[in-house]
Amino acid sequence: MVKAWGYLWALVKGAAVTTRHFIVNMWFHTLRLVGFKRLRAGAVTFQYPEVRKPLAARHRSLHRLVARPDGRPRCVACLLCVTVCPSECIFVEAEEDPDPDVQKTAGRFEIDLARCSFCGFCVEACPEDAIRMDTGTIELAARSRADLLFDRDRLLRRN
Amino acid sequence: MSDVLTALIKIFVALGWFLVLTLYLTWVERKESAVLQDRIGANRASIFGLRLFGLFQPFADAIKMIFKEDFVPAFADKVLHTLAPFVSFFFVAVTIAAMPFGDDIVVGGKTVGLQVFDPSVGLLYVLAMLSLGIYGIILSGWASRNRFALLGSARGAAQLISYEVALGLSLIGLIMVFPSLRMSDIVRFQGGTILGFLPRWGVFLQPLGFALFFVAALAETKRVPFDLPEGESEIIGFFAEYGGLKWGLFMMTDFMEIIVVSALLATLFFGGWQVPWLAADGFHWPWGGHWALARWLVVVLQVLAFQAKVVFFCWLQILIRWTYPRLRYDQLMDLGWKVLIPLGLLNILATGLVMSL
Repeated sequence: MVKAWGYLWALVKGAAVTTRHFIVNMWFHTLRLVGFKRLRAGAVTFQYPEVRKPLAARHRSLHRLVARPDGRPRCVACLLCVTVCPSECIFVEAEEDPDPDVQKTAGRFEIDLARCSFCGFCVEACPEDAIRMDTGTIELAARSRADLLFDRDRLLRRN
Repeated sequence: MSDVLTALIKIFVALGWFLVLTLYLTWVERKESAVLQDRIGANRASIFGLRLFGLFQPFADAIKMIFKEDFVPAFADKVLHTLAPFVSFFFVAVTIAAMPFGDDIVVGGKTVGLQVFDPSVGLLYVLAMLSLGIYGIILSGWASRNRFALLGSARGAAQLISYEVALGLSLIGLIMVFPSLRMSDIVRFQGGTILGFLPRWGVFLQPLGFALFFVAALAETKRVPFDLPEGESEIIGFFAEYGGLKWGLFMMTDFMEIIVVSALLATLFFGGWQVPWLAADGFHWPWGGHWALARWLVVVLQVLAFQAKVVFFCWLQILIRWTYPRLRYDQLMDLGWKVLIPLGLLNILATGLVMSL
């Protein structure tokens, strides 16, 4: 008998919780509807395409190649990123740089996003700070596998 | 001739009210569940960029369902598989005929009841039609020839038959207090006050009967926490082999049952169209004093009171659906046979004792 009353009490408490949420949220929804935007919102939702959730500073999004002032990539084709990449999704082909102090740069630099796991090891490994994952682009869906193959020019375009 | 016309108009209005409320109850369900879970809910359906809190969502859903393929599995019984959702839908849709929406009004020298038809066995008619709705569930599970669907319909039949007993018993006390089965009479008996201030509503005369009826009626709607026939996380339920508009009919039946249960709760226990202290000539306040109102205003207030009560109980049922987890099957049967039925018998005994004093 005591147990049954405990269950009933639990039912009442549960209903009280949801009712409280309903009333409080409706109150703030209504206030915002009539123009009190500064008060808290009635829901925790970010209405995604219009309102974007701020990304954390350390968030790893789409890669970019950092450029020198003349527009050529900082990459010196040391292949450390290729070596460290666990997904083996980076392909680099060296070419001679016209600047004698640099000597070597990336002629081809391709990242296959279909294989990339966004671990960020390439960013950690790079001695020249030539590759970063700070573009903030997180919508990476594509209609074909070829569209997911980012070459040097596409990676440089994000500067 | 004018009688037929009046009847047709009443059927049209009642059914229209019922279906529009059903359509928007799907919106209310989505929005209410969203609000009490700190979400926003469906708000993207728009016409020319006009969103209006997703008020067009029911139409978007309907259009989607209409354009889906009308699929009947090769192993199913074609005729019964098609018939089942219509059986289910029909027996719920006809119950609205016996609901009194308001007091009788006089139009052109004739008295017209705001009720499609008012048989002397109105309450039994509603209960009978709600029970016949089980056939839709049994048929759908059986005709699908799918083990899970059959399991769902077997659960549904067992649950509804068990709770039918509790539902009937919980109402016997009420019928003893209001000695009539005619729906309009039951509402009329609930006018006036007890002890001078309390409205003479069923809930004050039959509090235990109300609680039992509410629980049993929740089980009749086959929704969480009594959604064993559907049980979407364990078996898909009796409509596993349905898609498109036929599945939509089953869903609509669910929502229509919510409205019927709300209308029954309002009519039987919360005075139907009665407004507290409002008589035919205006308000008679319990602290003495009279506030005269025009006849048409009284009728409008009463009709609105019924609507408000129905909407409140729809809200409450949706709140319950989004608050409690599903019962286990043995708990469901225990609640029905070991709690509700003994309490129902106790309620009859207590009512009889009080009335014989």
